[in-house]
Amino acid sequence: MAHSAINVFLAGDNFARIMQGLWTSVWIAAVSLVLGLILGTIFGVLRTLPNKIVRFVLRLYLEFFRIMPTIVLLYLVYYILPRQLHINWSASWMAVLAFALWVAAEFSDIVRGAIESVPLSQKESGLALGLSRLQLFRYVLLPQAVKLELPATINLATRVIKTTSLLMTISIIDVIAVGQQIIEANNQQYPNAVFWIYGLIFILYFVIDYPLSVWAKRLAAKK
Amino acid sequence: MAKEILRVEHLNKFYGDRQVLHDINFKLEEGEVLTLLGPSGSGKSTLLRCLNGLEQFNEGAIYFKGQKITPTDQNWQELRQKIGMVFQSYDLFPNLTVMENILLAPTKVQKRPAAEVKDEALKLLDRVGLVKYVDAYPRELSGGQKQRIAIVRALAMHPEVMLFDEVTASLDPEMVRGILQIMTTLAKKDHMTMIIVTHEMNFAAQIADQVLFLEDGKIIENTPGEQFFTKPRTDRAQEFLTSMDF
Repeated sequence: MAHSAINVFLAGDNFARIMQGLWTSVWIAAVSLVLGLILGTIFGVLRTLPNKIVRFVLRLYLEFFRIMPTIVLLYLVYYILPRQLHINWSASWMAVLAFALWVAAEFSDIVRGAIESVPLSQKESGLALGLSRLQLFRYVLLPQAVKLELPATINLATRVIKTTSLLMTISIIDVIAVGQQIIEANNQQYPNAVFWIYGLIFILYFVIDYPLSVWAKRLAAKK
Repeated sequence: MAKEILRVEHLNKFYGDRQVLHDINFKLEEGEVLTLLGPSGSGKSTLLRCLNGLEQFNEGAIYFKGQKITPTDQNWQELRQKIGMVFQSYDLFPNLTVMENILLAPTKVQKRPAAEVKDEALKLLDRVGLVKYVDAYPRELSGGQKQRIAIVRALAMHPEVMLFDEVTASLDPEMVRGILQIMTTLAKKDHMTMIIVTHEMNFAAQIADQVLFLEDGKIIENTPGEQFFTKPRTDRAQEFLTSMDF
């Protein structure tokens, strides 16, 4: 009676708990993305300026976060910040911190690439009109860069959402953790629950990520 | 006697070890049209771009209305508002409409009220026959139309000198005439001070009060316009005119 395991969804408040877990994953991803994109824009702009020291430091920052596996990053903020620096945030905010720093690193490279691919002559005609550097970025370079960087940004967003599946490793009750609890609790009665629960989680991630992925593809094709 | 507006003294420019401009000296009076002529690679565009700081020069000085600019000066922003420039590749901002392109610098840099600049922009657009394109995006315009908008965009800043860098070089022949017409009107009717890099010899002969003939980054000849095209002082300039079929 494999299909009877579907009852697991309806038993107690299991479904509500899964949605609660999903919400935890989604808000952590969303807040990390917003903070990371803001920070990443600033870093990306700084990386197009002539100052060599700033560029070197930010390059190091990028490589560090790009090379470091996300799970190691999560452990670092979760175990080291409270113990060594006495920062005692909730696990969720620790995760936001780790994810936002990661997003900022990746996004800074997207922004830098996009700004650099705006033709030099655009910059020159802006300067020739007397625009300041800040005005040049704000009115000319960044709006054009946004268009170029959109597909890569959406891809980054889908990666962040997927990577939230690591949250349970720092004991955040995300959708994966809830699923596991339900599976373990029902293991005796419904040994097949594992298939249904992970199936549902698969669909939930798919429903969130797939539209983003299609959108990115469409934007990339439009160029 | 007209007032001097721009003077260049002993200007030298290097790319690494290679000297691309050699001891450039000239003067420009208000309302005068100066044309830079010479074979490709002679440094005409580089010289033009030195005059609004898009290229740095290494030695010498530029005087704008008596104000001295040295090679180490970093503050070009003030000056660029008084020296307009139009490029070969138009370079309208693709993310902004025609009107937004024109309004951007006057309202954000000069902080003039948008309504006033808009009125003026409409008058200028009318002059170049493009009023109906105010809300169009650059990608909807032809090359000739874009270039006319680029001229309007520069004029909306009320520049005291206009620099034109081969503004017709990438246009279809039938578009070229319209642009040259606008520039001629600007010179003859508005008495705009202009420095023009061009390969349109007939146009240069019509409009130039003064010709600088450059080769290999040196001024070979600095002659009044009418004289240059009829009897240039140097053989090299004569050769150049012949090669241009003039």
